[in-house]
Amino acid sequence: MKLVLNNRDEVFNGDQHTISEIFKIMNFTFPRVVVKLNGRLIKKPQYHETIVVEGDNLEVIHLISGG
Amino acid sequence: MNYKEIQNILSKFSVGIAGAGGLGSNCAVALVRSGIGHLVIADFDTIESGNLNRQYYFRDQIGKYKVDALKDNLLRINPDLKIDIHKKMLNSDSLISTFNDVSVLIEAFDLAEQKERLVETALEAWPDRPLVMGVGMAGYGKTEKLKIHVSGNLYICGDGIEEIGPDNPPIAPRVGIVANMQADKTVELLLKKYR
Repeated sequence: MKLVLNNRDEVFNGDQHTISEIFKIMNFTFPRVVVKLNGRLIKKPQYHETIVVEGDNLEVIHLISGG
Repeated sequence: MNYKEIQNILSKFSVGIAGAGGLGSNCAVALVRSGIGHLVIADFDTIESGNLNRQYYFRDQIGKYKVDALKDNLLRINPDLKIDIHKKMLNSDSLISTFNDVSVLIEAFDLAEQKERLVETALEAWPDRPLVMGVGMAGYGKTEKLKIHVSGNLYICGDGIEEIGPDNPPIAPRVGIVANMQADKTVELLLKKYR
C-alpha cells in the first residue's frame, strides 16, 4: 500500500497496518511525538488500534526539548 | 494596511502563551510591541542567573517569578496592555481553563514531554484554534534550517532537530529567532482572521 508519510510517498507491504506497526517498520523511536492521520490527532493509547490504509496521509512530528 | 490599522486590529485580540522562558518571554515582548491587546501567560518557574543568556529578564529580577517579572517588563513597553498571569504548572484541565478564551495559543514550554501533553490537549479541546509551537532551536548557526511546519491549525516553528542538551545549549540569537517566528505567525493569523 502507498501512504503519504510526512509529506512523502512511502510504499509498505500489505493492505493495512496499525500506527504502531508503521513506527516499527520505519524505525521511529522518538519518545515524544504528535501523530495526525488525515489531519486528525491520534493519541498515544490509540497507536496500536488505529489502522492506516492505502492513500492515507500520516504525519509523525518529533517533539524535542528546548524553549 | 498601515501600522496604525495593524495595531488597532491586534489590540482587539487575546493571545495565550504557555511558558515564560526563552521562547515565551521573547515572544510576549514581540507581540506587545506589535500591539496585541491582551495576553494570558502561565509559568511556574522563578528567574535564575543562567536564564539571562536568552530570556527577557534583568539581573535585578533574579529570584522573582517569571510571570511577575514579565508582566512588569511588558507593562513598561505598553502600560495599556491587559495581562493575566498564572503561576502554576499546567495539567490538561488547568490548561483548558487558563487558555479557553484566547484566539491563538503559543506553546513555549521547555520539555518535550510538556510539549506533547499540551499539543494533545489543545488540538482536542480547540480543533479550530491555531496552536503555534516552538520545536528545535538549540545551539547557534544553521539559521537556514529554521522553518514553519504547517499541519492544519498546528504551526511548528524551529528546525525540528536541534535538541537542548549539555553540549547544545540554548543561546539568545536562535531562541530569539524562533520566539519571533512564533510571534510573527501569530500576528499574520490574527490579521488574516480579521479580514
